[in-house]
Amino acid sequence: MAAGKKEPVVVSGLGALDKPASGLLTWVDARFPVMSNWRAHMTEYYAPKNFNFWYFFGSLAMLVLVIQIVTGIFLVMHYKPDADKAFQSVEYIMREVPWGWLIRYMHSTGASMFFIVVYLHMFRGLLYGSYRKPRELVWVFGVMIFLCLMGEAFFGYLLPWGQMSYWGAQVIVNLFGAIPVIGPDLSIWIRGDYVVSDATLNRFFSFHVIAIPLVLLGLVAAHILALHEVGSNNPDGVDINEHKDAKGIPLDGIPFHPYYTIGHDLFAAVVFLIVFSIIVFFAPEMGGYFLESNNFIAADSLKTPPHIAPVWYFTPYYSILRAMVWNFFWIDAKVWGVAGMGASTLIFFFLPWLDRSPVKSIRYRPSLHKYIYAVFVVCFFILGYLGTLPPSPTGQIVSQICMVLYFGFFLGMPWWSRMGQFKPVPDRVTM
Amino acid sequence: MSNEQSVDKDRRNAVVATSVVGGIGTLCTAWPFVNTFAPSEKAKAAGAPVEVDISAVKEGEMIVAEWRGQPVWILKRSPEMMASLTKSKELLADPESKRNPDWTPDYCKNDFRAREDHKELFVCVGICTHLGCSPSGPFTAGANPALLGEEGFVCPCHGSVFDLAGRVWKAKPAPDNLRIPPYKFVSETKLLVGDDGKGA
Repeated sequence: MAAGKKEPVVVSGLGALDKPASGLLTWVDARFPVMSNWRAHMTEYYAPKNFNFWYFFGSLAMLVLVIQIVTGIFLVMHYKPDADKAFQSVEYIMREVPWGWLIRYMHSTGASMFFIVVYLHMFRGLLYGSYRKPRELVWVFGVMIFLCLMGEAFFGYLLPWGQMSYWGAQVIVNLFGAIPVIGPDLSIWIRGDYVVSDATLNRFFSFHVIAIPLVLLGLVAAHILALHEVGSNNPDGVDINEHKDAKGIPLDGIPFHPYYTIGHDLFAAVVFLIVFSIIVFFAPEMGGYFLESNNFIAADSLKTPPHIAPVWYFTPYYSILRAMVWNFFWIDAKVWGVAGMGASTLIFFFLPWLDRSPVKSIRYRPSLHKYIYAVFVVCFFILGYLGTLPPSPTGQIVSQICMVLYFGFFLGMPWWSRMGQFKPVPDRVTM
Repeated sequence: MSNEQSVDKDRRNAVVATSVVGGIGTLCTAWPFVNTFAPSEKAKAAGAPVEVDISAVKEGEMIVAEWRGQPVWILKRSPEMMASLTKSKELLADPESKRNPDWTPDYCKNDFRAREDHKELFVCVGICTHLGCSPSGPFTAGANPALLGEEGFVCPCHGSVFDLAGRVWKAKPAPDNLRIPPYKFVSETKLLVGDDGKGA
C-alpha cells in the first residue's frame, strides 16, 4: 500500500461495468489512497463463499450504529441536559417537535435492537469458533465494543430523567461504593454529588454523546482492520487461504463487494428495517421491555418506585448481582455481587484461550457440545427473565443455579471443549 | 545487527529523562481534569441543615423532608409501634448499631434510635444501605409479606427489611442500619435536620 508507482485506476467489482476512472478520481487517488483502500477492504477482500444467516449481524450492527448516531444528533438539538428540564424536554420532543416522536422512538428502539444484533453476532462467534487463532484480537476488540455499548446504554438511560433512569443510576453508581476502602469516595466522585443530581446528568450526557461514541468508532475501525488482516472465518471453520489459485486468490473466496454488500447485506438491511419499522410504529415500548413504564414518571429523589429493574439487555448480569448472597472470606455479599456481575461480562474476553476444541465450527463438534451450548443459552435467558422480576426466594435459587452453570460453561471450557467424538473437518468449505 | 552495537548511554539517559519529565507533566495536566469530577462548591454548600415543621404530624404518621437531596423520614411512632421495637430484636442483624457507629449519633444510641426527650419521633435518612434505593413503608403488621407479620420498612430493589427504628434484619442484602442524621429540636414543633449543635 506504500506510495510510489501507482497502478492505473480501475473501478472494479461491477464486472462488465469496470472502466477506467474519471479524471477527478485519478487526481484524488494520486493524493489520497482511495482506490487501494477500496480494493483492500471491498473489491479485493475475499470472504468465504459459504456465509449464512448468522453472518448478517456484523453489517446490521453497523447499520444500527448509523441509525443511533443520526437520530442522536437530532435528539440533542431539542434535549436539555438539566435536572429541572430534562424530563420535560423529552416530553417536548415526543409531543411538540415535528416528527420528534419518530426520531426518539427510533433511538430508543435502536438501543434494544443494537443489543439483539450484537448478542446474535457474538453467538455466531461462539457457534463457529470465530474467536480462535488467528482471530483473537478481532474478538477482543469486539468485546471492548460490547462493553462500550453497555456504558453507552447505561449513560443514555439516565438522560430522560424518569424514575427508572434515576433509581437505576443510583443503584449502579452505588455498586462502585461496594469496592473496599475507596468505594464510598469513588461513588461520590462518579456522581459529582452526594446523590444522583444535575452534576451526574450533565457528565452522563457528555459521556453519552461525545466520549463513548468516539471510543466506539475507534474500536469499530480496529475490529474491522483486525478482521481484514486475518480474513473472515466461515460456518465450516476451515481456512480458505490454504487453497489459492494462480493469482493468489482463495478458491473459496468471493470479493466482499459486490457479492456480500449487494447480494447479502443489503437484503439483510431491508428485512431488518422492516422489523425495525414494525417495532417503532406499533410497539415502541415492547410491553415495557424496551421502554419501562416507570420512566414515564419524572425522577423523584425521595421515592423509589415499587419495582425497579434494568432494561432487558442488562438483566442477565443483574440477576447474577442479586444471586450472590453469601459472605465469603469476611467480604460482604454486596462486594461479591458486584464482582460476580463484573466477571460475568469480562469473562467473554478470555473465550479465545478457554476454548481448546480441536475444531472451530459447531458443525464438526460432538453432540455433547451442542447440548452444553443449549444449556448455556437457556441459562442466559432464564437469568435475563428473572432479572426483570422482583426478588423472590424461588427466583433466587433458580438464578443461583443458572449463575453456576453460566460460569461453569466458561471455566469448564478448557476441559469439556476437548471431550467427545469430533467429526472429520472437510478440506474446503461446503455450501 | 543492532544487537552488537553498544548503546549510546548519553542518548539513552536523555530518552529516559525526557520520558520521566513528560510523564510527570502529563499526570499534572490530568489532575485538574480528574478533579472536575469531584462535588462542586455548590454541591457541597447544598449540605446545609434544613428546618422541618412537625406540628402537623399525627401519631403513626410519617413525613418526608429533603436534606442533601436525600429523603429524611420523620415518623411519629405510636405506643404500639414503640412496643414493636423491643419485641422482635432477635430478627435484627445489628441491634446496637455497632457495625457503623458513625451513622448513629451518640444521643440516639438506645433501643429507639431517637433522642431520649422525644423518643417516639424517629428521624432517619430513608436510603437503603445496600445500593441506595429508598425503602417503602412504614407497613403495618401483615401489610407486606416480607415483614413476616411485623411492622417496618421494605426496600423495593433488593428486598432488605428494616424495623421501625431503621434497624436491618438478619440475612438481608443491606449490611447496615439506616443512617440517622444529626438533628435537634429548635422548639417543640420545629426540627433542625443536619445540625445537632455540635458542629456536625
